[in-house]
Amino acid sequence: MKKSDEHVLSQQFEIKGGDFSNAGKTSTSIKEILQEIGIDTSIIIRAAIAAYEAEMNVVMYAQRATFTLNITPEKLCFKVEDEGQGIDNLDMAMQEGFSTATDEMREMGFGAGMGLPNIKRNADRFKIFSTPGKGTSLDLTFFLNQDE
Amino acid sequence: MTLREIKEILKAEIICGEEHLDIEIEFAGGSDLMSDVLAFGKPGLLLLTGLSNAQSVRTANIIDAKAIIYVRAKKPDKMGIALAKEKEIPLLSTHHMMYTACALLFNQGLPGVRSSSNQK
Ligand SMILES: Nc1ncnc2c1ncn2[C@@H]1O[C@H](COP(=O)(O)OP(=O)(O)OP(=O)(O)O)[C@@H](O)[C@H]1O
Ligand SMILES: [Mg+2]
Repeated sequence: MKKSDEHVLSQQFEIKGGDFSNAGKTSTSIKEILQEIGIDTSIIIRAAIAAYEAEMNVVMYAQRATFTLNITPEKLCFKVEDEGQGIDNLDMAMQEGFSTATDEMREMGFGAGMGLPNIKRNADRFKIFSTPGKGTSLDLTFFLNQDE
Repeated sequence: MTLREIKEILKAEIICGEEHLDIEIEFAGGSDLMSDVLAFGKPGLLLLTGLSNAQSVRTANIIDAKAIIYVRAKKPDKMGIALAKEKEIPLLSTHHMMYTACALLFNQGLPGVRSSSNQK
């Protein structure tokens, strides 16, 4: 990759809330893109886990979202901006085990309350903003050069 | 141990990926919660799960799991099977329940995932 190409790649995906049968497809595609570019496998897995958890949260708790992928020679950035109910108490939402998932979602294998903590643990930089009644956005960064 | 040996131990049925039965499996983990799998899973994992929707396969693919064993005779839906074929993730189904299936494999020497709280 040449240093001069600021944006090596930039791509947007739309995620639909409530669409469980397609949930996870966006992250699967993102993982494929990262593999094609030839990013380090351990970074791909961390990024794919974060993307998947973020996507599942949109499907479970929001109406829709735009997932923006930005790759530069130095870093990989995910921006997931949703329109939805938002999060009333971010501190609580960030705790392992806290979940407002319905029984139906639990039957599908979700609602461990591990998603946001998983995302935070896997990303090098993690930012979350939420406005109750409006929506939530996540800003994630993964450095591509190990020493950073 | 190979996936073929695992198939014998669990008297499992192959759903797809018969051509991959000779792959070597080094460790396994079992859960019905996908976020748990994403938290403890590591590349190479043999996933045992009772969850049979397409997300079980999508989750396995995200962490580069090697294969999935569905317990209690469960089978994934068509979308899950299609993705597994595309990603070359063999799927097997055993009538054993989660506890028994894990115990049978563990007794034959297949260890669990080594725990480490941070994968970075
Ligand atoms: N995008 C979002 N919009 C609204 N609420 C959200 C969003 N993401 C998370 N939440 C809230 O934060 C809680 C915790 O989220 P987290 O992803 O950690 O766990 P979970 O989704 O409930 O379970 P898991 O991710 O383990 O399947 C959720 O139960 C939900 O109340
Ligand atoms: Mg979640």
